[in-house]
Amino acid sequence: MNAFDYEAPQSVDEAISLLSAGNGNIGILAGGTDLIAQLKEGRKIDLMLDLKQIPEATALSFDEDSGLSIGAATSCSKIYSYDVVKNHYPALVDCTSLIGSIQIQNRGSVGGNFCNASPAADTPPAVIVLGGTCRIAGPNGTREVAAEDFFSGPGQSVLQSGEFLISIQVPTPAANSGAFFLRFIPRNEMDIAVANAAASVVLDSEKTTIQEARVAIGAVAPTPLLVADAGAALAGKAVDDEDAIEAACAASRAAARPISDMRGTIEQRIHLSGVLTRRAIQGAIQRAKES
Amino acid sequence: MATKTEDYLGITDYKVIGTRPIRHDGVDKVIGRAKYGADIDMAGMLHGAVVRSPHAHARIKSIDTSKAEALAGVKAVITVEDLPLQEDKIEDLGEGAANLQHLRANVLADGKVLYHGHAVAAVAATDIHTAQEAADLIDVEYEVLQPVLTVQEAMKEDAPLLLENQTTESLGEDTGQKSNVCTHFRHELGDVEKGFAEAELVIEREFDTATVHQGYIEPQNATALWSADDQITVWCSTQGAFTVREQTAQILDVPVSQVKVVPMEIGGGFGGKIRIYLEPLAAVLSKKTGRPVKMVMSRTEVLQATGPTAGSFIKCKMGVDKAGKIVAAYAYMAYESGGFPGSWAAPGAMCIFAPYNIPNVLIDGYEVLVNKPQTMAYRAPGATNAAFASETIIDEICEQLDVDPLEFRLKNSAREGTRRADGPVYPRIGNEECVKTALSSEHYATQLNGKNRGRGIASGFWFNVGLKSSAAASVNSDGTVSLVEGSTDIGGTRTSIAMQLAEVLGIRAEDVKPQVVDTDSIGDTDVTGGSRTTFATGWAAYQCALDIKEQLIERAAKLWEISTDDVVFDNGTFSSSDSSKTLSFKELAGMLDETGGPVMGRATVNPSGVGGAFAVMIADIEVDTETGKVEILRVSVIQDAGKAVYPSYVEGQMQGGIAQGIGWALNEEYAYNRDGLLTNASLLDYRMPTCLDLPMIETHIVEVPNPGHPYGVRGVGEVPIVPPAAAIANAIYDAVGVRMTNLPMSPGEVLKALWAKNGENGTA
Repeated sequence: MNAFDYEAPQSVDEAISLLSAGNGNIGILAGGTDLIAQLKEGRKIDLMLDLKQIPEATALSFDEDSGLSIGAATSCSKIYSYDVVKNHYPALVDCTSLIGSIQIQNRGSVGGNFCNASPAADTPPAVIVLGGTCRIAGPNGTREVAAEDFFSGPGQSVLQSGEFLISIQVPTPAANSGAFFLRFIPRNEMDIAVANAAASVVLDSEKTTIQEARVAIGAVAPTPLLVADAGAALAGKAVDDEDAIEAACAASRAAARPISDMRGTIEQRIHLSGVLTRRAIQGAIQRAKES
Repeated sequence: MATKTEDYLGITDYKVIGTRPIRHDGVDKVIGRAKYGADIDMAGMLHGAVVRSPHAHARIKSIDTSKAEALAGVKAVITVEDLPLQEDKIEDLGEGAANLQHLRANVLADGKVLYHGHAVAAVAATDIHTAQEAADLIDVEYEVLQPVLTVQEAMKEDAPLLLENQTTESLGEDTGQKSNVCTHFRHELGDVEKGFAEAELVIEREFDTATVHQGYIEPQNATALWSADDQITVWCSTQGAFTVREQTAQILDVPVSQVKVVPMEIGGGFGGKIRIYLEPLAAVLSKKTGRPVKMVMSRTEVLQATGPTAGSFIKCKMGVDKAGKIVAAYAYMAYESGGFPGSWAAPGAMCIFAPYNIPNVLIDGYEVLVNKPQTMAYRAPGATNAAFASETIIDEICEQLDVDPLEFRLKNSAREGTRRADGPVYPRIGNEECVKTALSSEHYATQLNGKNRGRGIASGFWFNVGLKSSAAASVNSDGTVSLVEGSTDIGGTRTSIAMQLAEVLGIRAEDVKPQVVDTDSIGDTDVTGGSRTTFATGWAAYQCALDIKEQLIERAAKLWEISTDDVVFDNGTFSSSDSSKTLSFKELAGMLDETGGPVMGRATVNPSGVGGAFAVMIADIEVDTETGKVEILRVSVIQDAGKAVYPSYVEGQMQGGIAQGIGWALNEEYAYNRDGLLTNASLLDYRMPTCLDLPMIETHIVEVPNPGHPYGVRGVGEVPIVPPAAAIANAIYDAVGVRMTNLPMSPGEVLKALWAKNGENGTA
């Protein structure tokens, strides 16, 4: 590991001025579960900017009107231990409680998971199907970007020089709705997704028809993907319409454009996109029925 | 030295053996006080880093160390030029052997790099970050060559040669033929062609198994101090301090007496911590700087550059007659050696058909160079690959004959007097007892229900080894005994060895204070490997206790002014026909000064009465046919321990072996890309099982005493890793009807097999 400077700004403004003034490579530190590992593997930075002293970056709050606000550096375990999340956002529990190990979950954050922008990241699909947005601070003020538009390639996001992610906003779930996330890994923990998927549905008051649905898949393209065709295939269909669910799975398979690597092959990942989409939809419908 | 089968004492009512006392090293390990190699810190200590090859196969054209040497804080840089030249000589490592030229070229590449991660140079600096930065500044110019990654590729006549002077030794003769095939050997029993001709049913298949890692948690490390008087001290994590001393002295070309090896606590070895890697580098860097030099591998270095165990290609064929008796068996076993000769086909060949009585057997073994790290032992090395092949074939035979797989194994079981294809005739063994125990187990009697669920059975054998061990002990005036030994304690052997001494002397295990000491403080002792330590070092402790007992009888006789023949020692008490004359061990221990001074016992052994070990596994699994993932539902392992000295440790070995075997079966593999670069050199992507991947592993200890050991002990550490891959493959077949012939049986591979059978739509 090379020598670098370390700063822990106390406010968003201070962070922005440090980012603007900073020369060379800056590494933004939240939980450090990616950054520190990368530094040990040879990534070189000149300045490490620790967000954890900025109140907005570690906040976790809920308001019926504005929904859930997750500070970018809020740890996964804080998120899944929060009663509001347990009761109203079970899909966020699904993803935050299976990343790494308990030790990793105590440090790692959803914001960091977004900014690291791994195609196989486990939190983006759930945030995408929940209609989440990313609140980005920069020299020209704050802007919001839909979660599905945050990613631009492996390890790359829409964050511009001088910007950083402050928080992730997730709207209050609609009545009669449910969401579900799952991934496929060869072992049962401590692994990187071969493929993952999330789905959300809003049912009618009878809970027999899907009014609206969103499906997102991960680890099967350069970025996490919102599969609009899958959602469209389900909208207006009965919850037990197997053809509609199969059409959604086919839409996920069609949207997937994976690579082969030591974690999985193209064929396996395309196939799993369909399998996981089905299981995510079924899980989301089940939760909506129980809501 | 007593080594015959008559040595078994036939004792059944033990006082200490078979109990579960608190282990002597338990407190230090639980509270974190135990000292491992990475804990070492000394005044003036430097930190070393290694420059490693980014290529799998390349010629080194030049090495420029000038920029590294110019960096502030760098104290020394070395390449292979700094190691003395070696003659072409074979060094026995206790478990495996090494040619010294190859050992030297493995610790620092000599003209060629033969695998991704091969060490090329080393640096010592004032801190680890400076050392690593300096390592990055060393310019190595390579001429990249085509890598050879599988035995099938490497055996082709036009394959690129890894070692230009390597020729094939075939059936004991040097053929003079330049080749990547280092060795071809053969075992023959009866007439295999005649056997197959007489067979009613013949099954033949080919099997591929991946290169796998032992998975010890603690990375390799070494700290060395080359003193101004040329005395060299090495602190390291090793399975055998004496083999480290021998190898280090040879590589440095100094007498063994100039090297003292201090074995630190060890965080696992499983066969991977026998060959040296860092020790000579740290020593030479210390010689150059006059300061102690510490080197600790990263996990990536461990995976890239230390010895994994061999991947293999095996063809196996077996024939049975109408009565369901195996009449012939053939195996072609080609094992990877890695970048230098020496592999594990030979032990694999000793094990492949070992649980069975087969009149006609032919085995051809090959050890083949490939551009991967030089392979090393891994728990029953070679036997898991072998059993994966033979036990899968047996399962298919049972399926075709429609016979119970355990009944078939019982009917064909090897027993006392059966000759193995590689020569030995078995003394009393416990294979039949293991199979019978499996047959009568509650697990086997419980039906497995449910879709895509299946049960698999497999047997395994490991021969175990004896080798040299030494022990010395002194009687303390408070009635305790201090025991020193040279065997690295990996699986609780301080206690299992101390218990054998305590049994003789009629004292408690807690009254023995065992210590593992450095190479200047005890007689030569071979590695903790080959499942030998409780057997052989335990035997040394037993002999050592007999020595003490004899001396104490003399002291009692002197005290009582009677003949030694009139002193009786029983259950910790010395007595004579005169009932007023009795002394406990403790009382007599307190009277040593007045009867002639201190009493010490000593013993060295090199026993040959090794008892082979057998195990049977029952595995219940479920396949997710949409993802190909195999879930382990329930597992039982049945194993003959001879005599379980410390039953909890025997159970621990059984569970550990099964756990590692499950990893080998399902997900573990070195993933090399086309260029021969290791793409999963981390424990994230080298997928060993975690707690969540394993069920509670049920253990059944069978005790058929080994007639070749005074307490009937057999080695227990290795055999449980032999059956799992085959048992799980057989269970997958039972569940979903596909025969998996490649390891690992990862979800992607199972899915492919299901697609081949049912078509993708059949499962989606």
